[in-house]
Parts: sequence; C-alpha cells; structure tokens
Amino acid sequence: MHQALQILWFLLITVLLIGYFVLDGFDLGAGILYPFIAKDDHEKSIVRHSVGPFWDGNEVWLLTGGGALFAAFAPAYATSFSGFYLAIMLVLFGLIIRAMAVEMSKLDEKWRKLWDLFFFIGSFLPALLYGAAIGNIIQGVALDAAGEYRGGFFSLLNPFALLCGVMGLVSCITQGAAWLSLKAPLDSEVHTRAVKMRSVFSLVSLVVFVLVSIFFLGIVKPQFSSDRVALPLAYIFAALCVVGWGLSRFFMAKKNDLFSFLAVSIIPVALVAMTAASIYPNLIPAAANPQGIVTYFIIPGAAQPELSLTIFNSSNSEMTLMIMTIITCIGLPLVLAYHVYLYRTFRGRITEDDLDHGY
Amino acid sequence: MGFFTDAVALSRFQFALTVIFHFLFVPLSIGLGLFMALSETRYYKTRDSKDKAATKFWAKIFTTTFIIGVASGITMEFSFGTNWANYSRFVGDIFGAPLAAEALLAFFLESIFLGIVLFGRNRVSPKAYLVSCWMTWFGSALSALWILIANSWMQTPAGFELLPDGSKAVITDFWAAALNPSSIARYLHTVDSLLILGAFCVMAVGAWYLKKGRDEHHGVTFMQMGLRVGIITVILMLPLAHMQAKVVAEYQPAKLAAMEGHWEDGPMDLSIIGWVDQTTGKTWSISIPGGASFLGSGNFDTIYPGLDTIEGGLNSFDDYDGVKASSYQGGIPPVNITFQAYHLMICLYGLMIIWLIVASRALFSAKKGKTSTAMLSLMVWGPLIPFLAIQSGWMVAEIGRQPWVVYDLLLTLDAVSPVVSAPEILITISLFIVFYSILLISWLRVVLGTIKTGPVEVDESAGKGTKANKAIGSKTAAQVEGGE
Repeated sequence: MHQALQILWFLLITVLLIGYFVLDGFDLGAGILYPFIAKDDHEKSIVRHSVGPFWDGNEVWLLTGGGALFAAFAPAYATSFSGFYLAIMLVLFGLIIRAMAVEMSKLDEKWRKLWDLFFFIGSFLPALLYGAAIGNIIQGVALDAAGEYRGGFFSLLNPFALLCGVMGLVSCITQGAAWLSLKAPLDSEVHTRAVKMRSVFSLVSLVVFVLVSIFFLGIVKPQFSSDRVALPLAYIFAALCVVGWGLSRFFMAKKNDLFSFLAVSIIPVALVAMTAASIYPNLIPAAANPQGIVTYFIIPGAAQPELSLTIFNSSNSEMTLMIMTIITCIGLPLVLAYHVYLYRTFRGRITEDDLDHGY
Repeated sequence: MGFFTDAVALSRFQFALTVIFHFLFVPLSIGLGLFMALSETRYYKTRDSKDKAATKFWAKIFTTTFIIGVASGITMEFSFGTNWANYSRFVGDIFGAPLAAEALLAFFLESIFLGIVLFGRNRVSPKAYLVSCWMTWFGSALSALWILIANSWMQTPAGFELLPDGSKAVITDFWAAALNPSSIARYLHTVDSLLILGAFCVMAVGAWYLKKGRDEHHGVTFMQMGLRVGIITVILMLPLAHMQAKVVAEYQPAKLAAMEGHWEDGPMDLSIIGWVDQTTGKTWSISIPGGASFLGSGNFDTIYPGLDTIEGGLNSFDDYDGVKASSYQGGIPPVNITFQAYHLMICLYGLMIIWLIVASRALFSAKKGKTSTAMLSLMVWGPLIPFLAIQSGWMVAEIGRQPWVVYDLLLTLDAVSPVVSAPEILITISLFIVFYSILLISWLRVVLGTIKTGPVEVDESAGKGTKANKAIGSKTAAQVEGGE
C-alpha cells in the first residue's frame, strides 16, 4: 500500500507541475513578450488584462506543487531547496517582483517604468531557471551519503541544464504569444505582433527541442544507470511533443487562435511528463561530481544510483500520504471547478469594456 | 563566531525579517477583506453607486496588500526547504500536509475569486460578484487556519511519535495533530486580532475623510462599519486571549514563565510593568501576587515551575498542578524580550479600548455635523495599535518557544540547512532588504494615494452596467456631482 501511494504521489506531483507549467507558462510568456509586443499604454493594458484575472491562480499551482513535495517527499524537498539555494532564491525574487509588477504597473503610475521592467525580469528569470533545474535533475546531481547536495551553485550552470532552460523559456514565450493571439482584440497591433511571434518562436522551439534531444541521447543518457525504469515512456511523450508542435503549426496556418493555443500547450504537458518518465523512480538522481574542466562542463557525472533520493527511500509515512490523498480528493475537484468558472467568465477576447472595468 | 559568519544566526535573522514583513500584509488583507465583502453586501442591498465605489476602493487597497502577502508568502513556503532543511526532514511527515492543504483548499479559492472581483464586474451577475467577494475573504481566512495549525503543532506537538533514532517525527493520529492543544485557541485569537486591525484601518480612513471634511458619506459609513466590527472583535478578544494564555500555561511552562519573568517555583505573579535581567535571573516589576496563577488556573496559589528549575529540564510536572506536559528537556527563551513583548501587547489592548470609546464619541458628533479634529486625528493613527500588538504577540509566541523550533523536540540550532553557507544567506538577506523596501515604499504610496483620491464613482449610465444599476443611473449621476 505504501508503495502504491508513493507511486500515486509521484504521479500527482507530476500532474500539479503540469498544471503549473501549462497555466503559468502562458502568463510568464506574456510577461516576457510584454516590452516587445506592447508599445503604448493602451497596448500594455491589453497584455496586462489578458493575464490579470489568471496569473495569481496559476501561480498557486507552484505553491501546491511545492507543498505537495514537502508533504509527500520531505527529504527530497529539503535537499533540493537547500541544495539549490541561490537558484531557488533567484526564482523566488523573480516571482516576488513579478507579482507586484502585474498589479502595480496600473496602480503606480510614477514607477511604471520600474514595474514594467520587473514584469519582464520577473517572468524571464523563472521561465529560464525552471528548465535549467529540470535539466539538472534529469542528469543527476552530486549527492553525498547523507542525501545532501554537494555540487555548488556554478555546476548547476552546465550546458545541458542551460539548454533545457532555453527550452523552457522558448516554450513559455511561444505559449505566451499564442495566448496573446487568442486574447488580444483582433484589430489591435498586439494581435498582429503576437501572431507573428507565435510563429517565429514555435520554429525556434522545434530547433531547441532537437538540440536537447541530441544532447540527451548522445551525452546524458549514456551516463544513466539501469534504475530509470520508465525511460521508454519518455520517448512516447517526446513524440507527443512533436505531435503538439505539428498540430499547432496546422492551426496557426488555419488562423485558429484557440486551437493553436491549445496545441502549443501540449508541449509543456509533454515536457514535464517526459521529465517525470525519465527520472522515475528517482526524485533527485545522484551523479558523481565530475572532475576536470572538460568533463565538468560538458559530460555529466556517472550515475550513483545508491545515493539517489527515490520515491521509495525519501517518502513520508503511509498515513501522511493517505491523508494527503484524501485532502486531494476533496480539493482537486473544487480547484478544477474554480478554474472552469474563471476561464469561462473571462472567455473571449479583451473588450474595451473590460479595460474600463479592470483595476 | 560573529553574526556575519554564523549561518544559524543569519538564517534566523532572515526568517524573522521575512516573516515580520509577511505578517504586516497578511493581517491587513484578511482584516480588510472582510470590509470589502461587507461593503459589497451593502452595495448589493442599496444599489447606491457610492457603495459600489467603496467596494472598488477597498478592493484596490485589499489587492495591493494581498499581493504583497502572496509574494512574501512564497518566501515563507520556500524557506522551510531552503534555510531549514533539517527542520523539514524532521517534521516533513506532519508539517507538509497543512501547507499543501492550504494551497489546495485556500489559496486557489482566494486567488481565483479575487480575479473575478478585480476584473469581472462587467462579466458576472451582481450576485456572483457578491459571492466572489465573500469567497475571496473566506479563502484568506481559511488559509490562516491551515498555517496556524502548522504553527500550533510546532508549539504544542501532538498526534505523532519519534522514530527510534529520534531523527524525525512521524504522524500517528491526524486529528490529534491538526487539532493539537493550541490550534483552535491560536486560530481564534489570531483571526480576531486581524479583524481588529481591519476595523481600526477602516475607521482611520473614515476619520481622515471626516477630518478633512470630504467624502462625508464614506467617512461616516467607514467609521460606522469599523466601529461596529471593532467593538465586537475587541470584546471577543478577552475570552479568546484568555483561552490562548491558558493553553500556554498548561503546555508551554517555559514560555509562560518567560512571559511573566517567573524565576522560582511557586505561584506566579501578574506583572503590570517591569524589567528582567536574564544574566542574574531577576525580575523587577509592579505585579499582582499570584495573579497569573489565578488567570491560568482559577486559583491564586497554583504553583508553576520557575525559569531556574525549567532551564535544567524537568522529568516530571507532577508537582505543578497547572501544567499538563509530563516532562521538559530544558532550555529557556530570551526572557526580557518575551516579557516586554507580552506586556506591550496587553498595554496596546488597553489602548484599543480607549480608542474605541473615542471613536464612538467622534462618530456621534460627526453625525450631528460637528467635527472634532483632535479625536479624529487620534483615530487616523489608530491602526498602529493593532499592528504593533499583532507583531508583539507573535514575538511572544515565537521567541517564547526558543530555544526550540518544535517545542521540546527539536532545537532551532539543529534545524538549519547543513549545506547553505553564511555568505549565501548574506546575499539573500541583502536582496530581501532591497526588494522588500521597494515593495513597502510602493505599497505605501499606492495605498495612501488611493485613500487621498477616495472612492471614485463611475457614471453608470455611460457603462454597460447591470439592470439594477441602470435603473438608478440618473440618480447616482446627480449624487456624484453633489458629492465630488
């Protein structure tokens, strides 16, 4: 029973993170595009309104994911958050200034330039760092026998991790552009620019995806040990990624903004699922801290499966997992219902009436 | 080891800094959220565009406050993992669940309905809008429940067992852990204090308008709403605070002794004012002999263990009939600061009562058309009282628990992250100071600016308002001209 719950919670956390990356992905992307896609106050206001009612709820998925990791796999939560201290703090500061920026650039006209800048930086940093974190987790990181991370900050900035960071970044931007294409008034410049960027960044994302795949298959995967039992599933999700990409091009060509957005959103779903499949049953796979400049920066360390934090050796007690399952059974349907209500209420494009009524 | 090279001290400083900052805004948002909802309820009944403007006014202030609460709240959730990794490992089996439940059951509720409140006035029915206001507030009050359950478990742990090697606490009984001895008392005591803060802020804004002789309708309405809620919550505070103090007396003897500077075993005095010298173990105070014993147990002679005895650890509390814990490993908190914070809180409570009396007088004269500038000026500074009281109350709770992070189970010293170094923490402390200062300054400017502008009415006949709005549209337009 304990084992079944451990697997269930691995899946549930994956689902929460998928929820987060799909939903916050588009508003992070909109934030990154904000300075480039909106030229005057009216256009800026369109971009802000397109994410205004949603971004806060979207971010709660991250808090829930973090809380769930703590509640289900506390040792892994402790190791990752303290081990990646500076990286996590950079994400945190990004999220803090961004939260303020979304609300303040309307309310605080004197400092608008600062808030606009914060909106951009606060969206850019997390979008880049999430992918980098995922890249490191996929490769495995240097853990000691006590389960502590011993690699330091700079070894997190290795080429594969950075490439994954760019993947995440580009995925967010594409999604953001698709979202703005969907929400901006048809006759606005924002819409025209968003459609253009959607197409450009979707092409870029394919290129980056191919690079990540080559890097992964050629250099990262050979270092894996045989404990990555769900790896074959990762290839299926990789295929799903490509399907999502193909569909999005199809709908872009048809000028169907809604379906383009939905198809583009398949990509982050597939990316997170791929990550989960490629690390299972590990939460934080251990790898040797490679010696020497070349190996240090290009070839990840060999796997050390005996030191890895897995869902089996790093989980909380059966009773806690059970309690969390019950709480989730009550909470998740409610959460989904709120989302349906929110997204239905604000369906359709932004109208002038919306701009008059918002804060 | 100096402060700047001591990772434990720095982590504690960072936590104190970020949690105090967080708890400047959270209480205000929960307190004001109620008034936003009340104001919308009023509008729903009256359909007076002035009341609608008031909702929008409070929603604006609420949002600015709420967002800082959210942003600084992410810091808190992350901090358990980043700076207190060993704490997380020790309590993760129990402490993580309420955090996750808080996000799932409360954060979603408040942030999604806030989206509707902020952007959806033209897109949902008046009823749905009203419900959204209440849901937003309800969500915020619910989040307080979960996080206070988590905090209460650190104060009065229950429903768990230690692994044989003592490396972590594992849950054995969910309800005993969630409804541990201090959960309910702490929740009621805290939420009531937040509502008091909200009431004093609303009164302050109302008083300022009356004093300036502008927005009279809102001035009177705000004063009235604030005063009503203020009176109820301040009166309620008496039994609730008593409940809370009783829990401390029964389960946290070291904290209780520190609150009163009680050094030797015996009946505990109730100090009015005093000073504690921890190095010599002496307390100078004006006090009621046995007063604290009486409050804790209903008997002036009940014997409570003194700090001198507690410091070395106690094997049994059998000798002390007011105390329910069975043993205590030892260690005492910084006594003077606990003592002063506690008595400051009590003094501030006294001030609140005086303020409410003055507020009633001021409102009474304002209704008769007389403005008493002096009384109204006092009201404007009123929010500082509950603000300070809330902070000092939490200082008692948290400093009074030291040297333990989980009372009697885990020392704060042993709770930090082994891999995070002092320079890293120094970097983040500096960044927190920079960014939080920007947030604070900007918050002050926006909120004060909003208050200065006052509630702004929109001409209903021009917009696509609801039917009810349209019906009274022409009337409000006339009122607008008169009022502005």
